[in-house]
Amino acid sequence: MSQRADDSTITFYRLQACPFCERVVRKLHEYDLDYQSRFVEPMHSDRNVVKRISGKRSVPAIVDENTGVTMSESGNIVEYLDRTYGNERARGGAN
Amino acid sequence: MVEFDVVELPETDHLAAGDTAPDFTRPLVNDEYWEDASLSDLTDEGPVLLVFFPMDGAFPATYVWNELRDRAWDDDYDVRIVGLSISDPYAHKRLIEEREMDYRLFSDPQNGVAEEYGIVHDLDGMAGVSEPRPAVFLLDDDRTVEYAWVASEWPDFPDYDEIRAAIESL
Repeated sequence: MSQRADDSTITFYRLQACPFCERVVRKLHEYDLDYQSRFVEPMHSDRNVVKRISGKRSVPAIVDENTGVTMSESGNIVEYLDRTYGNERARGGAN
Repeated sequence: MVEFDVVELPETDHLAAGDTAPDFTRPLVNDEYWEDASLSDLTDEGPVLLVFFPMDGAFPATYVWNELRDRAWDDDYDVRIVGLSISDPYAHKRLIEEREMDYRLFSDPQNGVAEEYGIVHDLDGMAGVSEPRPAVFLLDDDRTVEYAWVASEWPDFPDYDEIRAAIESL
């Protein structure tokens, strides 16, 4: 993806080759969501940017400007994406 | 000065003053993370000094960034200083840390930007590796080249006073 940072409403903090991050990628693709990846370093101590936005240094973490939600941990994120952008939302009749 | 002829690089049809710099998107590395960014993202904010430099770890990379960091033109002028080399984002993060600099660096391992700009330098003795020639382009907010310098020798360094004068006259 090569969108400009300011065109994407979801910012996705990730680590290269991290399986938990790839799990989130799959879900973002499933719902065809536009997102901007920000890659951080393997060393936890080098991840202050993630700590600043989410309160902890773990990735994956997302910031969704559509909803104002910031979230970490792949299980939580996947559940959030399902809830917000998945079929359940369509059934709920939201736009 | 050395007492022998330094290596001359062949003539090249490179991007020159008055041209429009081709836009590109590559990972842009800061001291905390990297993300895809376009040159035009930066020029949209104002003039950009785009600095092509030899791979991180080669001594010219150290020299150039020490100089640019110390001169800190962006403190006095409306200019964004940004670098580009073929080094990967991890190496760029190290360089930014070691040079203690505030500038961001594009990572272009496949050297496609240098191809677009006409400044490819195939490295002797490193099979399959090419990088940009050392080069500096001062771009206005339309990506028009206001000043261009491209190395004609190897190694070669920009004329920093000349660049400052170009920034001053923007």
